[in-house]
Amino acid sequence: MLDSKIPPGKLEEKWNDYKGHVKLVNPANKRKLEVIVVGTGLAGASAAASLGEMGYRVKAYCFQDSPRRAHSIAAQGGINAAKNYQNDGDSVFRLFYDTVKGGDYRSREANVHRLAEVSVNIIDQCVAQGVPFAREYGGLLNNRSFGGTQVKRTFYAAGQTGQQLLIGAYQALERQVALGNVTMYSRHEMLDIVKIDGKARGIICRNLITGGLERHFGHAVLLCSGGYGNVFYLSTNAMGSNVTAAWKAHKKGAYFGNPCFTQIHPTCIPVTGDHQSKLTLMSESLRNDGRIWVPKKKDDPRKANDIPEDERDYYLERRYPAFGNLVPRDVASRAAKERCDAGYGVGTTKQAVYLDFKYNLINKYGRTEAGKQGIENPDQETLIRLGKEVVKEEYGNLFDMYEKITGENPYEVPMRIYPAVHYTMGGLWVDYELMTSVTGLYALGECNFSDHGANRLGASALMQGLADGYFVIPYTLGNYLADEIGTKPIPTTHEAFVEAEKAVADRINKLMSIKGKQSVESLHKRLGKIMWEKCGMARNEKGLKEAIEEIRALKKEFWSDVRIPGEINEMNPELDKANRVADFIELGELMCLDALNRAESCGGHFREESQTEEGEALRHDDRFMYVSAWEYKGDSDWNLNKEELNYDVIKPTQRNYK
Amino acid sequence: MNLTLKVWKQKNKDVRGSFETYQVSNISSEMSFLEMFDVLNEQLVHEGKEPIAFDHDCREGICGMCSMYINGRPHGPWHGTTTCQLHMRAFKDGDTIVVEPWRANSFPVLKDLIVDRGAFDRIIQAGGFISVNTGNAQDGNNIPIEKEKADQAFAAAACIGCGACVAACKNSSAMLFLSAKVSHLALLPQGAPERKTRALKMIAQMDKEGFGACTNTGACEAVCPKEISLDNIARLNKEYLGAAATIDK
Repeated sequence: MLDSKIPPGKLEEKWNDYKGHVKLVNPANKRKLEVIVVGTGLAGASAAASLGEMGYRVKAYCFQDSPRRAHSIAAQGGINAAKNYQNDGDSVFRLFYDTVKGGDYRSREANVHRLAEVSVNIIDQCVAQGVPFAREYGGLLNNRSFGGTQVKRTFYAAGQTGQQLLIGAYQALERQVALGNVTMYSRHEMLDIVKIDGKARGIICRNLITGGLERHFGHAVLLCSGGYGNVFYLSTNAMGSNVTAAWKAHKKGAYFGNPCFTQIHPTCIPVTGDHQSKLTLMSESLRNDGRIWVPKKKDDPRKANDIPEDERDYYLERRYPAFGNLVPRDVASRAAKERCDAGYGVGTTKQAVYLDFKYNLINKYGRTEAGKQGIENPDQETLIRLGKEVVKEEYGNLFDMYEKITGENPYEVPMRIYPAVHYTMGGLWVDYELMTSVTGLYALGECNFSDHGANRLGASALMQGLADGYFVIPYTLGNYLADEIGTKPIPTTHEAFVEAEKAVADRINKLMSIKGKQSVESLHKRLGKIMWEKCGMARNEKGLKEAIEEIRALKKEFWSDVRIPGEINEMNPELDKANRVADFIELGELMCLDALNRAESCGGHFREESQTEEGEALRHDDRFMYVSAWEYKGDSDWNLNKEELNYDVIKPTQRNYK
Repeated sequence: MNLTLKVWKQKNKDVRGSFETYQVSNISSEMSFLEMFDVLNEQLVHEGKEPIAFDHDCREGICGMCSMYINGRPHGPWHGTTTCQLHMRAFKDGDTIVVEPWRANSFPVLKDLIVDRGAFDRIIQAGGFISVNTGNAQDGNNIPIEKEKADQAFAAAACIGCGACVAACKNSSAMLFLSAKVSHLALLPQGAPERKTRALKMIAQMDKEGFGACTNTGACEAVCPKEISLDNIARLNKEYLGAAATIDK
């Protein structure tokens, strides 16, 4: 069993006690310590900025041209915090409870409680930085509701919350760059971890402009490199989002936690054809104001607006009256799949359901606005006009985006949506201090496995990324570095650096020398298809076993027939992509292996063999109340370590959103 | 649809580039502009040629990475749209499309359609922030902000830093980019203490980077994918003049 180093004591006192007793590094010593931060999204930028402010010498790396491009920027709907500004019964405990329940009892109580505790500090910090959150007319902060909860605790900035939070963290980071506390390396990709005497001491990275390899030393290395949803080829992730940094760490000894836990987000714009390069999310916050339905009649040929009210099946409201359209993501996604598989899907591909705003345009916003403006007995047209104005303010950018992509106006006709891969709850296994199983190597944000269990609730990813970066790592890192103050910077001529660089160079040479016939893109697409069909929204033993064989065959094909044009020592996006896809292939196999091992359904992981009579996910707490932490032993060879999960405060039950 | 593409090819920043002509066929109107480029690049890889390098990442119009100058207009023909959100519905069968990188001395071409926009980061480093360390914040609701002001600050903060404004400007001025950041922070009470130094330092950095001056032609606003308003430039000028006239030297 793995030791997660959870501090003793009562749940609500653990973090405070920890902070009160943790080792500190004095300011003069901080200046002698170098910290490497890989990735500059919410977790990375907030960590790099905060550590820079504290006086550490930070080096930050991103593969994009600027830290402001990291994919956190695309998060739309909001960020949760237990402020209870709405006086609707929220509290740290309730946020903690909702998150543990939402994660289907596969997360660590102590971590989640800490997350809920610091959530309130995040909002304060962001406001102080100038993040322009939505406000009420009285000048105070506004909230909206999100799935899996019954309170309004989500702070937002229209449909661009991630952008505004990332810009806040980015600006804090750039301020530290200007002060000389952080050195920024953009267009750099980490390609290996350097370990000396069992501790992470640096990285090898490729300068993506010149193609040259570089060695960088750090007393500690923080990976904040995001999730691995692009293993499915089609996902809502950015094109460059990849698992490479985490995977290299895994191969150097960091255990991979719950790799099969992927989040399929219910409301995305459906696939239109083979040319599709990525999928676009429509924020979960839209489920606040939109009602999801399909026709009651199979293969109904009528247009959405021609189908009368009593011939529509609002299936979420029907199946889950208590939470209705705001059930958690895994539940909503499976329900959409169930309706489409049963033949009630809409649109040309029949792989879509409607998300309809008309009811709330009129009844919720239209009537309130009419009241505010003193319009008596407004007609339907006036109500719709007034409602549209409010919706435009709340979600304008999302509606515009939908129209640009589909050519349809969602103010007039319902959106067509279908689930798509969005987030990965799995990631590098970390202890309470966010340290991986490699000493001195940390993982923050989506890159780690820690807080969301088997399903993440909406508006919790931004919260976790910033919690890890602003409020957790500044404390926990000191506990390690306090013992490293005597360690002098290790010259990068050390043999460990030389060997690591050579291994990276050898692999790149090997890739370039294959000179086969198939493009990286086409092989990636094939991997995605295997993963989506056999390790996607529903999984079963037979499919997973097949998938593992297919992925192994694909790996052989990749390494014998991939074609990468261009040269090594120049800017070469095809080579960058090949490096990433090679890692995705290996990860895909591990995901299937993990999904096969976990013969239960929980959260986003739905094993068809394990469901209730009503088709809900059925857990087996007696056998699977643990985190799978996979240890890399060699090519297609892993050892399963387990971290037992203990629920001292919450009693796990069958999740009920009815 | 079948299309002819004339695309800027340039091996690296030290050599001269030139246009190459390509043909693509069977392009669906449902594809995005970048998916059309994916098709072309697949074709080139299969022909054993080098694909076209271009910047792109989120493909949902928010990261600001994509940067193509399409038929003489940054981000192409659609108003308020990034290249990645432009769809092939905007074109018709038989069209010839000319694609260039951003053109500005301060954005040197790195390869093909990829430019170096590091100058934007350095402008932010000069003062585009509020100096508050982690852990110093008071309760978020202790700072009430007029809704209208907060909305205006948000509209300015929506800038994605893509650089279309610079590419469209005949002077290669970065005033719209810079003014969006100055406005965002000047409109909020949290930004007040550093208001003067921020405007002065950021302008000084912009000049140092070699961006041109603003002559109010409004080309930047016309092509901005996030529809950042020229009003921000007016506000920046006010901020700058006020700061220059009153700051203690």
